[in-house]
Amino acid sequence: MLEIKGLTAGVEGKQILNGIDLVVPSGEVHAIMGPNGSGKSTLSYVLSGRDGYEVTGGSASFDGHDLLEMPPEARAAAGLFLAFQYPVELPGVNNANFLRAALNAQRRARGEEELDSVAFLKLARAATKKLSMANDLLRRNVNVGFSGGEKKRNEVLQMAILRPKLAILDETDSGLDIDALRIVSEGVNAQRGPDFSALVITHYQRLLDYIVPDKVHVLARGRIVRTGGPELARELEETGYASVLAEVA
Amino acid sequence: MSPSSTQEREALQSVTQSGYKWGFETDIEMEFAPQGLSEEIIRLISAKKGDPDWLLAWRLEAFAAWRKMEEPHWGLLHYPPIDYQALRYYAAPKRKPGPKSLDEVDPKLLETYAKLGIPLKEQAVLAGVAAETEAPAQIAVDAVFDSVSVATTFRQRLADAGVIFCSISEAIREHPDLVRRYLGSVVPAGDNYFAALNAAVFTDGSFVFVPRGVRCPMELSTYFRINARNTGQFERTLIVAEPGAQVSYLEGCTAPQRDENQLHAAVVELIAEEDASIKYSTVQNWYPGDAEGKGGVYNFVTKRGDCRGARAKISWTQVETGSAITWKYPSCLLRGEGSVGEFYSVAVTTNHQQADTGTKMIHIGANTTSTIVSKGISAGFSNNTYRGQVKVMPRAHNAHNHTQCDSLLIGDKCGAHTVPYIESRNATARLEHEATTSKIADDQLFYCRQRGLTEEDAVNLIVNGFCKEVLKELPMEFAVEAQKLLAVSLEGSVG
Amino acid sequence: MSTQPLQALAGKFADAYAARAADPARALAAERFRAEGLPTPRVEAWHYTPLAALADVALAAPARDPAVLAARIPDLGVPRLVFGNGRYRADLSTPPADLAVRTGAPAWGVLPEGLQHHLVALNTMFAEDGAEIVVPPGTDAGVLMLVHLATGGASHPRHAVRLGANARLTLVEIALGEGAAFHNPVITFAVGEGATVVHTVLQEESAEAIHLATVFAEVAKGATYDSFLLTLGGRLARREMHTRLAGPGAAAHLNAAQLLGGTQHADFTTDVVHASANATSRQTVKNVLAGHARGVFQGRILVERDAQKTDGYQMNQGLLLSPTAELDVKPGLEIYADDVKCSHGTAIGEIDPEQLFYLRSRGIPEGEARAMLVRAFIGEALDGIAFAPVRAAMEERIGIWWEAQQAS
Repeated sequence: MLEIKGLTAGVEGKQILNGIDLVVPSGEVHAIMGPNGSGKSTLSYVLSGRDGYEVTGGSASFDGHDLLEMPPEARAAAGLFLAFQYPVELPGVNNANFLRAALNAQRRARGEEELDSVAFLKLARAATKKLSMANDLLRRNVNVGFSGGEKKRNEVLQMAILRPKLAILDETDSGLDIDALRIVSEGVNAQRGPDFSALVITHYQRLLDYIVPDKVHVLARGRIVRTGGPELARELEETGYASVLAEVA
Repeated sequence: MSPSSTQEREALQSVTQSGYKWGFETDIEMEFAPQGLSEEIIRLISAKKGDPDWLLAWRLEAFAAWRKMEEPHWGLLHYPPIDYQALRYYAAPKRKPGPKSLDEVDPKLLETYAKLGIPLKEQAVLAGVAAETEAPAQIAVDAVFDSVSVATTFRQRLADAGVIFCSISEAIREHPDLVRRYLGSVVPAGDNYFAALNAAVFTDGSFVFVPRGVRCPMELSTYFRINARNTGQFERTLIVAEPGAQVSYLEGCTAPQRDENQLHAAVVELIAEEDASIKYSTVQNWYPGDAEGKGGVYNFVTKRGDCRGARAKISWTQVETGSAITWKYPSCLLRGEGSVGEFYSVAVTTNHQQADTGTKMIHIGANTTSTIVSKGISAGFSNNTYRGQVKVMPRAHNAHNHTQCDSLLIGDKCGAHTVPYIESRNATARLEHEATTSKIADDQLFYCRQRGLTEEDAVNLIVNGFCKEVLKELPMEFAVEAQKLLAVSLEGSVG
Repeated sequence: MSTQPLQALAGKFADAYAARAADPARALAAERFRAEGLPTPRVEAWHYTPLAALADVALAAPARDPAVLAARIPDLGVPRLVFGNGRYRADLSTPPADLAVRTGAPAWGVLPEGLQHHLVALNTMFAEDGAEIVVPPGTDAGVLMLVHLATGGASHPRHAVRLGANARLTLVEIALGEGAAFHNPVITFAVGEGATVVHTVLQEESAEAIHLATVFAEVAKGATYDSFLLTLGGRLARREMHTRLAGPGAAAHLNAAQLLGGTQHADFTTDVVHASANATSRQTVKNVLAGHARGVFQGRILVERDAQKTDGYQMNQGLLLSPTAELDVKPGLEIYADDVKCSHGTAIGEIDPEQLFYLRSRGIPEGEARAMLVRAFIGEALDGIAFAPVRAAMEERIGIWWEAQQAS
């Protein structure tokens, strides 16, 4: 369970999150929607521990761990996964090696047995197939020369292999055509279960037709200003953010 | 799963080991020449080695040339003056002349090589028994301990293929005409200061001869080890590939951890005749000195390959992680029409190491091509310089060179330098050169850590990726070792 | 190659200096020169450019009054300062009305601390005249020409240009001459905060001349030194550009095109020191070589320890038009800061046969197609020249150069 209380944070002295309160119980998928500049990406970076984001107040815990005290890799080992809005290229680093190194580092940190190459490859191939991705994706260098859609699919593939307990999807739908959107959504839905929760950050309601959230939160000016069910997303699609913002202004 | 990911896994694991693991010393009974360098010492070395007269004359000629030369100082290297008279130019483990089998080799030596992880296990093979086929890695090894070669394996099998692989001392005894024909024909006795010194005092090294049309049936390898104190190591390697022959050769080097500096001035000569191909790989891991820059090997090496015939190919691959000072420019003389030269290099410097390394590609014949890929990684207080020359002579029509040299800086106390010399005297030549300098991007590190990798593992992964183009050129068995070395070398340099 | 004639010449220079009245301002340079002499190819920075030819010409007396060359100065419609064989010529000059310019004595300027330079020392020993140009803060001084006419002998003009904060100046430097002459100018630029200097050079010395110029630019915070060199003349020519980016936001553009034929030898050498964070340097250097010409480019970018966020780029392209031409290139990066973006690229070759074929297949005759491709190659370097009259003058001369190559 993810529990955020009164979280304030910013970059280079400029406060962006102005007191976030949010609880995502295990097994639930929550969507965070909001206009540009509302702090959506900042929230995902603060939760995953990126350097340069300064937490000035409040707390964030995940399954009892104080997230904010942990280095990024420990958060990952605890089960937090961030699907990047702009996945990073790693020249010369092959996708399969990268994933196996990551998976085994996490397993090691959790005191689990590491996977040998045969077992890993079996797992990775199965995940690749399930997501209708070409097998050569595993042999290619991480995100190097990938199209925007391929990068996003690669993020979902990584999620499928790493099996996090909490996935934060940061605008994973941006740059995806309708087929890719469906594949990516199926990838996320396949993870759903009592031990998996997700925070789906998006600008558009479209993604939420495929990944139906348990709750929808509206983020504006660094605060959650409204919370509702899936119908809230559709309402926003019709009326735009302006009405919500006007309400809270 | 590709084998390379297993290697990467192992490379990452080895980060947990620390320091220079190869720094032990072997307590062994040694025979030394007195300190200092003079005609007398050279005569003594020559007598010890049982040189033929022509070789003694050649040594003396080199010595005379050396005395008139000045130590070169154009490299971006800083070190106190070397006292050539304070060194010993000959050190050898005491033993009966010429071991006939590994049983005759001092067990302490074998222990040393076992610690270094060198597959000298093919003892039975050396002893002439048939167990050869069971050996897992088909690698023939020549091991050089201080000044002399102590053991060469797999000889019979190589001999059956017509390949000569032995110490150069033995080659001088057993194949004097061959050695005389080729020795000094690529790197003449008076070529440069360190090469002249080597010619005067070299005591051993490896010799490879692959006859016409023969493809050497296995990887050949030499391990060099400096053990004795205040000793210079001056080995000389000569590899000849007759027309159509092919050979792949690897050298590895280590030295004990010592406070004083050790001098290593080797010469390697490669000769590739028509359609022949020589691949020469180096994993150089001489002791680099401690974290304060104390001790370490001064590595001044002349390596040059001569593509004598049409379509000959010489490929140098080097992974340089060791030595306090590296001064080394493996080069290719591209004389044969359509001949090919390659240079793939990874040079890592940390702490107070200094490396000034690169290559020379001299295009003499028409349609010659060369490729240079250099990856320099600097960390700590180190300085890492790529220095390379591409020269196109007037008759080298349609010559082509592509050079890519990239530098990666880790930390803000180190330096990364690129000094190419590009000289074209033929209008039809096409020369391309690209160089970049960068650091590991914060977002790359964060991406890896978000997936669960520690910062150090992330750096290793990114560095390995940065070096991939070069590492893939290494023979498989050595790629693993090289990756481990990179990880160990960079340990503690982050943060 | 014997370096004896060169050392003998250096001895002659030293003796000539010793014969003159002692001048404390020049003593240190003379002492250094006496010790160091002239650089031989063993000196790394002079490896590609032997000065042996200097021994043939250096001390021959001028044949004619340089005034005879005044008609060849391109008319750019701007004020000009004209020097003849190293001396200011008021009769040939039209100094700017509203700008402080002092002539009549060497304008020493400020050299980098600890500088040891053979030719600068020689200049310091023998400089007789020069222009000191001072642009007050906030002033746009427009365009000014600085012309050197040579008819023989050795001249060592010493110029200094100083710009106050946010000032602006376009300096068009032109060197032309006849016969065997040795021209060894030193120019220093001090570019104040936020100021901009555009320094455009047209070098068309005579085919027997030796032109060895050394330029220093100290560029302050937010200031720009923007230079372009077109080398057409000289039997032996070299221009060294030493630029130090001393404050954040400082920028240097060191661009050049060398068009050479016959047995000409020209060397463009740059040294850019990024001494401050957030400074930018850009270099685009083109060599077009015909006949037995030899072109040289040497460029070093030095990034000092504190110069984080440096952005340095160097592009060097060579076009060899004849089988006997030679191009030697030695770019270099020396980097001590870790958060930098530095790169250099070199591409050397002949005219691309595919491009040539493409043009010919569209009906353009070969000669014209070649001219078009060479023009396009150089054009990129000329693009940065904002002052249209000088650009036009350069284009015209490039056209004449091309015709001459076709004829030879």
